[in-house]
Amino acid sequence: MFLIISLRERTRSGSASATKRDQHHVIFFLIIISRDLVTLSTSCHQPFAAMMQEGLDDGPDFLSEEDRGPRAMNVDLEMDATLQVDISDALSERDKVKFTVHTKSTLPNFKQNEFSVVRQHEEFIWLHDSFIENEDYAGYIIPPAPPRPDFDASREKLQKLGEGEGSMTKEEFTKMKQELEAEYLAIFKKTVAMHEVFLCRVAAHPVLRKDLNFHVFLEYNQDLSVRGKNKKEKLEDFFKNVVKSADGVLVAGVKDVDDFFEHEKTFLLEYHNRVKDASAKCDRMIRSHKNAADDMNRIASSLYTLGTQDSMDLCKFFLKVSELFDKTRKVEARVAADEDLKLADLLKYYLRESQAAKDLLYRRSRALVDYENANKGLDKARAKNRDVLQAETSQQLCCHKFEKISESAKQELIDFKTRRVAAFRKNLVELAELELKHAKGNLQLLQSCVGVLNSNT
Amino acid sequence: PKQDSLMDDDPEDLFAGATEEVSLDSPERDVLLSDGPSPAITPITPPTSVIAPRIGHAHDDMFTHSSFDEIEEEEGGDSFDVHISVSDPEKVGDGMNAYMAYKVSTKTSLSVFKQRDFSVKRRFSDFLGLHSKLASKYLHIGYIVPPAPEKSIVGMTKVKVGKEDQSSNEFVEKRRSALERYLMRTVKHPILLKDPDVLQFLENSELPRAVNTQALSSAGILRMVNKAADAVNKMTIKMNESDAWFEEKQQHFENLDVQLRKLHASVESLVCHRKELSVNTAQFAKSAAMLGNSEDHTALSRALSQLAEVEEKIDQLHQDQANADFYLFSELLGDYVRLITAGGSGDLELYFYFIFFRIRGVFDHRIKTWQKWQDSQVLLLKKREAEAKLQFTNKPDKLQQAKDEIKELEGKVQQGERDFEQISKIIRKEVGRFEKERVKDFKTIIVKYLESLVQTQQQLIKYWEAFLPEAKAIS
Repeated sequence: MFLIISLRERTRSGSASATKRDQHHVIFFLIIISRDLVTLSTSCHQPFAAMMQEGLDDGPDFLSEEDRGPRAMNVDLEMDATLQVDISDALSERDKVKFTVHTKSTLPNFKQNEFSVVRQHEEFIWLHDSFIENEDYAGYIIPPAPPRPDFDASREKLQKLGEGEGSMTKEEFTKMKQELEAEYLAIFKKTVAMHEVFLCRVAAHPVLRKDLNFHVFLEYNQDLSVRGKNKKEKLEDFFKNVVKSADGVLVAGVKDVDDFFEHEKTFLLEYHNRVKDASAKCDRMIRSHKNAADDMNRIASSLYTLGTQDSMDLCKFFLKVSELFDKTRKVEARVAADEDLKLADLLKYYLRESQAAKDLLYRRSRALVDYENANKGLDKARAKNRDVLQAETSQQLCCHKFEKISESAKQELIDFKTRRVAAFRKNLVELAELELKHAKGNLQLLQSCVGVLNSNT
Repeated sequence: PKQDSLMDDDPEDLFAGATEEVSLDSPERDVLLSDGPSPAITPITPPTSVIAPRIGHAHDDMFTHSSFDEIEEEEGGDSFDVHISVSDPEKVGDGMNAYMAYKVSTKTSLSVFKQRDFSVKRRFSDFLGLHSKLASKYLHIGYIVPPAPEKSIVGMTKVKVGKEDQSSNEFVEKRRSALERYLMRTVKHPILLKDPDVLQFLENSELPRAVNTQALSSAGILRMVNKAADAVNKMTIKMNESDAWFEEKQQHFENLDVQLRKLHASVESLVCHRKELSVNTAQFAKSAAMLGNSEDHTALSRALSQLAEVEEKIDQLHQDQANADFYLFSELLGDYVRLITAGGSGDLELYFYFIFFRIRGVFDHRIKTWQKWQDSQVLLLKKREAEAKLQFTNKPDKLQQAKDEIKELEGKVQQGERDFEQISKIIRKEVGRFEKERVKDFKTIIVKYLESLVQTQQQLIKYWEAFLPEAKAIS
């Protein structure tokens, strides 16, 4: 079931005699998405047919792939029955998004086999940070935290639309409203997907899935009372990062004896930068695409007006071309949206993951440096014949830590590559298939229109 | 004493008032019929009827009232067979005196031309000169003379200075295309096609350089019209259906102007965004190639490189599409906006001003001359009485004078009526022809544009179909 409830809310502007200008018509949407239970395995997906808006109704199959997109980014995750996590519901309110995290598990440590809780973005961040801060997980690629839901741009546009309602025709207004609704919806779905991917990665990881915080996150049905970081903590974080990057430079200079890690280091550094660049350029490309689609929308409106006003000979002609532009721009908008989903989001995700992988390498290098320092310390202690035992213990600890990290890091990096290749493959194939589908759809629209126009003249 | 001519002013003066020096400060600059200050105009000395334009050559007879119908028949008989192309822009000279010379080639089987296939070299000011001549001859009698392409100081300076870059090449191409469309529109007009200046323009290897700084400004014509109207008493005109027709047409064109401008603006925006898309796609292609290089999984690396290639081809596709957006759709709209527009080279609106004042002027004048005639009759009566008294003094001149006056007035009224009917007829016909032309133009060009979109999609399909197996081959 899919409902869009639009609420018009007037912000209080003080005096009762506020002019119309002062009153903002802000259009909020409560979007309630409920899906059936879906697992990450692509086989039993319910198409999001219900997610369609009226305006997009003329091409039901245009949307059917949509929901498979970002969520199945890491297709290789083996989901087993012991722990399945997904986001079954999401609610968008003024400032925040409330995710319904749904878990199905046969693990003994959960009270029930199936349960749901409501979580907000901050709680996801808390979970992520708790992984980062946990020394035991130093040897793993910590799944990157989902980005904060950002509806500001969309909200601004909706607000502007509300303000400008008087200055455009009814059709234009309806069209723009539909467009903005679609945009809002797309952003919303994306943020849901990103949060879900994070949870699924954690659930798929052999060690992280056992984390206590994770279980609390999944099960505890009260508010976790996680507050966002206050200024002091944010400042601390900032300095930590500064230290880390300075450190990282030092550490990166140390050549690794191990060929595998040396290769990975070089690779990741370059790869990360290039993914960053590709991601930025991809976003720009898609934005231009959206702009072009918007222009077509305006062209369609103008042609429609001309069609209702002009001389008899041209009326029908203009109306038909207007219709065509309307349909074709919907296709173009979908092309941009799909490119966004399959390509832009993919690149963004791997930007974050490659950063997480770099962090892992950094931690390992740090451990190596510590190990080497401990070695030096031991030698010194032995030379001076003082605190030898202490130094030995310390050295052993460092050695053990380093080796543990190295071992798990190696596996993690290999898995990372596998996941990456699989994700790229899936998304590139789907991208190509969607581009083809839309181009063919577009072609058909255009050809049939040209045919009609030619036969009429 | 000299009799009143049709207008209160001396016809010579009338048109002298319409020509003026153009300076950068003159407010009429924006409404110049041709945007350039330079071309020479043969000043018009109209015959007694302002309607008949001065042709100068052997074609005078075409424009007497009876022959006008002949032209209509000719139109029907002759199938339109003229094709003009403007090509091979060539820079002549150096520095600020340089100019672009364009080859104007005509292919035709019409008998009005001396040859079937010929070409000449023309520069931009020649086009402006042609337009000025046509405007001064035909505008005021109701013909829709196509506006000349616009001058661009910035654009031309770049070309003169010798910048051989993308933007100046684009400028030259835009201009070439606009000049071609201008000539085609001009020759499509059955009257203009046979105009000796047009023929001369197309055929003569040498053309006298247009140097005169005077220009026939639409503001000047407007003033002239207003003068005539002001000089006459305002009065009520009985509304007949032809007034209603004109009013309706004016409204129609005003609406059309607004809508076309809006559409034009949207299409221009589309062109801009498509160009942006092309640039951004190219950049993404490079970035994807780099990413492919650094990817260490061989098959994925290859697929990414392929993706980069596809995107590169697509960016070229977008560029080509943007050109089609522009040259087909946008320029079509731009041309019609200029043709119809109320501001700028507001030729059509001018007609309607002219018609109304003309109608009113003629009616007014008609009434006035009737009044004068009445006055003259009273005068005549008085004079007869006086004559009776004078008979004894024997002054036959005064009597004859009165009789002559009356006769002339009656003649003038009849002429005015004929003029009025003629100009109404011409305008109706012109509007009909213009609309037919417009419908044809829009339909043809827009369909052509849609076909360009079809091609783009077909190419896209080709590219992605080639890429898909590469993507699937990643293992």
